Order: sequence, then C-alpha cells, then structure tokens
Amino acid sequence: MRDQRPAVILLVIFLLSGILLVKLFAIQVLDDSFLKRAESNAIQRIVDHPYRGLVYDRSGKLLVFNNPIFDLMVVPREFHLKDTTKFCELFRISKEQLIEGYNAAKSYSKVKPSPLIKQLSNTDFARIQDFLVDYPGLFILTRSVRSYPSPTAAHALGYIGEISAGQLGRDTLSYYSQGDYVGLSGLEKYYENELRGNKGVKYKMVNVRGMDKGPFKEGQYDTISIAGKNLTSTIDLDLQQFGELLMAGKTGSVVAIEPKTGEILAMISAPFYDPNQLTGAEFGKTYKILNTDNSKPLFNRPIMATYPPGSIFKIVQSLIGLQEGVLTPNSTFACNKSLVACHNHPNPVNLFGAIRNSCNPYYHQAFRQIINREVSSNTFKDTEIGLNAWRENVLKFGLGAPLGIDMSGEKGGDIPSSKLYDRIYGAGHWKYSTIYSLSIGQGEMQVTPLQMANLAAIFANKGYYYTPHLIKEVDGDPKKIPAKFQEKKFVGVDARHFDLIQEAMVEAIYGTAARAVMTDLVIAGKTGTAQNSQGEDHSVFIAFAPKDNPTIAIAVYVENAGWGGRAAASTASLMIEKYIRKTISRPELQDYVIAGNFIY
Amino acid sequence: MKESEVQINRVDWIAVSIYFALVMIGWFNIYAVTYDSQVEKSIFDLTISSGKQLVWIGTAIGLITLIMVADYRFFENLSLVIYLIFLVILIVTPIFGKEVNGQILSIGFGEFRIQPGEFAKFATALALAKVMERPTFDLSKRNYQFIAFGVLLIPIVLILLQPDTGTAMVYFSLLIMFYREGLPQWYYGLGIGSVGITLLALGVDNNLYLAAVIILAMIVLIYLGKKSWQRILAFSLIGIGLIAYIYSIDFVVSKLPVHQQNRIMVLFNPDIDPLGVGWNVNQSKIAIGSGGFFGKGYLEGTQTKFDFVPEQDTDFIFCTIGEEFGWMGSLVVIGLFVGLLYRLVIMAERQKTRFSRIYGYSVISILLFHFMINISMTVGLFPVVGIPLPFFSYGGSSLWSFTILLFIFIKLDSSRASQLGRIS
Repeated sequence: MRDQRPAVILLVIFLLSGILLVKLFAIQVLDDSFLKRAESNAIQRIVDHPYRGLVYDRSGKLLVFNNPIFDLMVVPREFHLKDTTKFCELFRISKEQLIEGYNAAKSYSKVKPSPLIKQLSNTDFARIQDFLVDYPGLFILTRSVRSYPSPTAAHALGYIGEISAGQLGRDTLSYYSQGDYVGLSGLEKYYENELRGNKGVKYKMVNVRGMDKGPFKEGQYDTISIAGKNLTSTIDLDLQQFGELLMAGKTGSVVAIEPKTGEILAMISAPFYDPNQLTGAEFGKTYKILNTDNSKPLFNRPIMATYPPGSIFKIVQSLIGLQEGVLTPNSTFACNKSLVACHNHPNPVNLFGAIRNSCNPYYHQAFRQIINREVSSNTFKDTEIGLNAWRENVLKFGLGAPLGIDMSGEKGGDIPSSKLYDRIYGAGHWKYSTIYSLSIGQGEMQVTPLQMANLAAIFANKGYYYTPHLIKEVDGDPKKIPAKFQEKKFVGVDARHFDLIQEAMVEAIYGTAARAVMTDLVIAGKTGTAQNSQGEDHSVFIAFAPKDNPTIAIAVYVENAGWGGRAAASTASLMIEKYIRKTISRPELQDYVIAGNFIY
Repeated sequence: MKESEVQINRVDWIAVSIYFALVMIGWFNIYAVTYDSQVEKSIFDLTISSGKQLVWIGTAIGLITLIMVADYRFFENLSLVIYLIFLVILIVTPIFGKEVNGQILSIGFGEFRIQPGEFAKFATALALAKVMERPTFDLSKRNYQFIAFGVLLIPIVLILLQPDTGTAMVYFSLLIMFYREGLPQWYYGLGIGSVGITLLALGVDNNLYLAAVIILAMIVLIYLGKKSWQRILAFSLIGIGLIAYIYSIDFVVSKLPVHQQNRIMVLFNPDIDPLGVGWNVNQSKIAIGSGGFFGKGYLEGTQTKFDFVPEQDTDFIFCTIGEEFGWMGSLVVIGLFVGLLYRLVIMAERQKTRFSRIYGYSVISILLFHFMINISMTVGLFPVVGIPLPFFSYGGSSLWSFTILLFIFIKLDSSRASQLGRIS
C-alpha cells in the first residue's frame, strides 16, 4: 500500500503539469483574442497624412495650396512652469487661458500631447520657436489647411471638410477614418482620389503609461505616405477674376468654354465667396453663415440653376429643321402676331431673318412643321410621334440631361417628352397648339447655364462638343484626365447647316446686342430673355468668338437684369475681349456692367 | 583527495544541470523584462535587475560550493538548531523588520535584506526530517501526527503574523511529504473534498442549488443502503453539516481582507474589473496568450517589456516565457520542472536514511507547490498569491533559499554511500 505512494505523487505531478499545459495551449494557441488584445495594448497605429495635391490654373498659376498651421502642444507630465507671468507674456495668452488649456490637457492625459494654443499664425510661430527650448513638454505640431492665393473660383475649386458618418459608411475600402478631411464639393470632391494621395501608417510601441517606445519591429510594417497628385485646372485665373469683378453684387452665372476642347475657361457663380473662408478651424462657423444666407452663395448656379432657354433655343430649332429637311434657308413664314407676340421687324422673313430678328411667329410655324409630319392621320398621335422624335434630336445637343462635368450636383434641366403632356392633359388630349411654347424656348423646358455655354460651343464647332470639364492635366499629364472628356460628341447636324446660323448670329448682335459689338473682333451671339414671374426677367446671352476659328464660347446669365442685350451681352463681350485681347478697350462698358443698373 | 573524487562522481548531475538550465533561462527572461530598445543596457548592467540577479546567481554558486564541501552530517546534526534560529528570526522580524505595504517580510541592514519566511522553508524541512527520522515515528498514530504538525505549524503561524498568506500556504505543501511518510489517506480525501466543496460554494452563485444537490445526494445514499435510523441520522447530520459549511464560506470570505476577497472573485470572473482588481491576471493572460505557438521572439514581447504586466520579474516572470517563446517555451520550462521533480522523486526513493528521504520529499513538495501555484496564477487558474517561480523569479532571497533547499538534498544524495542504512 505504502509502496504505491511515490507513484501516486509522480502521477499527481504529471497530472497537474498536464492541466497547466492544456490550459496554456488553450489560451496561447487556440484562442487568438489575447493576441488582438496585446496589440491594442501596446501597438499604436499612427497615420501619416499625405500632402493633398495642389491645383493650378491653365497657365500654371497656383490656385490651391496647403498652408501649414501650427498648434502648440503640451505634454503635462513634462511641462513645468517657474514663471507663469513671463510665459504668458512670451506666448501672448492670458493666465486664465493657460490654466484652462493646461487643465484640459491634463484631464485628457498626463503623458500624451494635447493642444495648448491652437492655430498659431506664421508670425507667432516664428516668434515662439526660439523660446520653446526653455520649456520642456511643449512642442509645435504642424498641420496644413487649404489656402487660396487668389480668393477666386470658390465654386469650381470646392472645399474640403471632415468626412461625414454617411461617407464613412460608404467607404468600402476603409481608407478613411473619423476626422479625415475629404473634398466635399467642386474639384476637391470630384478628384478626391487623385488629390488625397495615400496615407502612410507607422506602428509605434507604447508602454503601459502610453509613452512612446519606438517603432514596432523596426518599422517593417510601416508605410510612407504618398503625396496627392497636383491638378492643372482649365480655369484661366485672369479671366475668372475678371468675370468675378463683373459679376460682383449680381446674381447669375458666367460659363466660358474653349470650344475645341470643352475646357472651361471661367465659371462664375454669383454671388460668390472667398474660398479661404471655408478652411481650417473656421469652417463650421462660416459654412453655417454661408448656408443660411438668403442670396445662397453656396449654390453653384452654372450647373444647378435652371431656366427656360428662351430665344436662344430658336437656333437649335433652326438646326433641327434644316437637318430634318423641314426647313431650308429659303423657308419663309409671315410674322403673324396672332399666333404669338413679336416685335416689329421686316416681314415676312426667311430663316436668316428669323434668327437675326428672333421672330416668334416664324418659329411657331416652323416648329409645327417639325412636329406634325403627318406620320399619323390622328393629329394627337402625330404630335406625340413628332414631339418624341424632336426630343431625341434636342437631347443630342447636350440638353435634358446632365452633361457630366467634373463636379457633383449638376442638374440636367428638362426637355419634355410626350409622357409629361400625357400626365398633364391625358393621353390623346393634347396637340401642337398645347405645346407650341416650346418653339421659342418657353414652356416646359429647363436648361442650365452650363448647357447654354455648351450650345455656344456646339455652334462654334459646327456640330460637335466635348463634355465641358475643369481638369486639364493630372500630375502634369493631359492624358490622365478622364477619358470621357477626350471624346468628341456630335449633335447629329451636318456642319454645312451651321454656316448660315453663324452668319445670322453675327448679324443678330448688331440688331439685339449692339453693346457687344467690337471692331476687329467678330462675335457671333444670340440674346435671350428668361421669363421670370417673380420679378424682372433674367438677362441671357450666348456667344462665341472670333467667328472664324473660335477660341471662346460663353453663356452669361444675369438674374433680374431684364433684356439680354444689356447686362448679359455686355458682360459676355467684355469677357471675350479679356480672353482674346488680354486688355479691355472699353472701360466705359466695364463701368456700366460693374455699376449694374440694367433696368431703365 | 580520493574521497572528494568519489563525492563529485556521486553528485546527481542531471538534477544539477536542470537547476542551472532553469536559473539561466530565468536570468535571460529577467533581462527581457527590463529590456528597452531605446535605452540599450547590457544584460550585465548592475543598475537593472538582470545585472543584480547575476550577482545573486554568483553568490548562489558560492553557497552551493559551501554546501557541497560541508560534511553531510552537519545538516542532520544541526537541523533543529537551524530551525530554532529561524523561528527566532521570524519572531523578531515584525519587530525590527521593514514595513512594505503593511507587510513586514524582510530583515537586514540597508541593501542587504533577507526574507526569513523564504529561508525558514529549508529549516522546517530539516527539522521535520530530524523529528520524523526515528523508525518508531509512525504518522498513522495520533501522537506522532501531533508532533509533526506542531513542527510545521509554528513557522506557519509566525509567517501569518507578518502577514504573508502566500508564503504560509507553501508550508502546507509539506503534506505531500507527510503522505509519502504514511499520513492516513482519509486526511487527503477529506482535504480534497472540502477544497472541492469550497470551490463549488465560491463558484456557484446561488448556494440553494448546492444545498438542493446535497439534500438529493443524501436521500439517494439513504435510499440505496440499509435503512436503519442510525444511518438516516448520520447522513442527515452530514448533509446539514455540509450545507452549513457552504453558507459559512460566504460569511468567512466576507470577513477576509478586501484584497484577498478580490483575488478570489477574479478567479471566478476574470473580466469583473479588468482595469482594477482583474488587471494583473488579465494582463498576465494577455501576455501569455499573445505568445501563440512559437512566441514573439526573445526581447520582442511587447506586454512584458512595456510594463503591462505588474511584478513581472518576480511573481509574473512566467509571462515573459509565454509571450516571447509561446507554447513551445512553456512546454520546455514546464518540462524542465517536471523533469527535475521526477529526478528528485527517484533520488528520494534511493536514499538509505529516512532523514534524507523525508528531506528529499520536502524539497519535492515545496518546489511542486511553488511551480504549480505560480504558473496557475499567471494563467488565471489560481488566485494571485505572491509566491515566486523557483530559480526564475528575480530576487536574492528567493534564489538563495531555493538553491540551499535543493543543494542540501543533492549533498545528502551524493553522500548516501557513506550513510548507514537506517531506512525503515
């Protein structure tokens, strides 16, 4: 019996050791939760934010850069102050501020840095820098905010801000984290992926008190950040600034496009704001003010505001008529004012005269021929077929749907189809007399200023356009811009039909927009008036110049400024001169536009 | 000259090798604990614990030499004197000792301090061996049990006065030696049974369940056996006694000092307060558990290096093994301890004198207890009691006392040929 006892003792030793090894196997090998907890314990992931790409104008002038801002950080445990008064003098803060900041930092962490003074100016930073060595526990943390050397093109450039919870949720690649800055509008938003670069990550070890214990595994898992790509915008800084000078104090849009490329030379949305306002710590406050302003300075009118195209649309009608063979240059109609109102002009008119004089009854009759082709003996059915066929042709002009500019929030406007009238009047209850307003660009039609500028480009190009865009080069390479901006789009009207149109547009200026006329620089243009039931009509003008080999196509909208021949035509003419000649030869016209008294 | 040659040959080199292996692994791990890649310090640097431990190792080798050159009869003859000296030191420690955290564990001057509780272990083992070595000493007899328990309980009471529950508990491990020497088995049955019931009572939230199970068990036992009124009365009394015991445990626990209550609670619910009471065990488990199969590599353990585990160079030294060497490292270290204990059992059984055998089993008992309890507490199988891992943990008192404990037995073993066969 007693001889078994040593064996029993050995058995107990083996049994207990076995239990230990099983338990160890369970927590070390089978359960990997401890490894995760160890990593969250001791390994800190520090994100290295890359520099966001810069933005230049088309001639290489800087539009957007990163401005370093400096926060004075404090590590409470290492910070000891002997002479508070002297410190407050040097750093130009009050004793209360110092105590408040220090206590806030201490309650956050004694060993981790927190900001003591936020956003020191460059001069403050330069002054303080030399004193810092005397104060252990203080250091400068450099961050950067977007900055704009010229306070211009706010809508086109857009702004950046902290990522929203919703955007974080949609970020399937988990690139972003809480507190990251992303482009929220304009180029900043559309080219977010190019501009942001790639974040780097450093893995740092910390001890139980959160103190830095150097890189994890000699930094073998660390990645360095890659700076964002620089963008060259199509914007011409001088032209943009000139446009803003002209549009200051008004409401409206100016969009200037280089017809041969679709590059947007200037895009003004008035009223506008200084983009420097929407940066850094002031973002939230300023955004709220701008967002609640009754004049809606954040509203990007060139791509978001829609108006009936008005008389300008007569050119589109003419081109569709010519292409369809319904009209010829010799087609003549009487200016029958019983059909639709018109002003006094030679009567009857052919197509050229109709454009030149903007004759409403002409288009009332011409449009009926486009719509009612007697495809069906039922006049209701015939109108429906004709309207839908016409609509297809109109859409090719880049109307009725967003063009696809490199900005978010672009509206498509509206070109009605039979479905709309079926809904309003019931199928089979409407015919040409119901929809004739469309003939002169009124009624159920809406276009954006951008689409109008694109129309001008189409007229300049004799039948094609490139999707208007704000991007010229990515990282200095024009080929890196999205492919859709390099694709020529034809509107389905033969180039030969445009000659007459262009001639008529040159002539039209003399008749309806004499202020736009320049010697030695032939402008082709067309005025329009967008009717406004709320007040004065909106002044509209589109143009391209020079007539032969055009380099600029433009649309100008000035809200509540009445007749298109005054505000809009004058503005467009000045913009064209500024772009082509680089100087202004008519200071009195410039003063007239700036003064802005268009109603008289 | 010839005699000393014989002695060297008879030294059990297996046990000695395992001892040095454990001491060296321990030393490297103490360096790993203090290692800081930013402040490169040599393992020999005397300002860090690995450098100091090297001094303790060196002096321990000196102690080994002294023990090995001494006459084996010295320990046997002076065992009771040594025992009495340490009892006196234990008595004076609370009077002259240095108070740390309400405990007075050490005595000495300036830098040189010893913890008498640690050294009293080998003294008690020697005294028990001396008292029990007579052939007539029979542990199955009540009066001899009384003497043996008396020798054991005196130092326990003195250590509890310091108070140092952990070290006091170690002395109870000598019950393993008592088992080998013939203490009746029902003592152990009763002991293991009551420990089991105690754990159940602590672990099960509602004592009513346990009471119901006990009542049910008693009814079944009564039903199965002879239904005499004596049996019914006996089982009823046992049942009532058990239930009373279960309910009394909660009362006793509530009377314990708060830090001991907490340690017991953490055992059953480690996530109870991970930043407070549960911190030690949680961080210790995280460190060991994050080691995986092969570990993070020497000096690569983030949890131990960066002070997440408290007391990691002393009581929680095993965390470094677990984290940096993984399960394989744990296996090697536990394997070395089991190997040493196995070797010591073989050595104890080959002794010719009862004195040597009793002392040998005392060494086995104390080492097994320390090793089991220390590692169990680091993985959350046992409440946190402040006892070191033999040969591993940083500290002179610990290393010296285990070295003396072990090498007296190795000396006795190497001299067994010279001893008269007196074994019963």
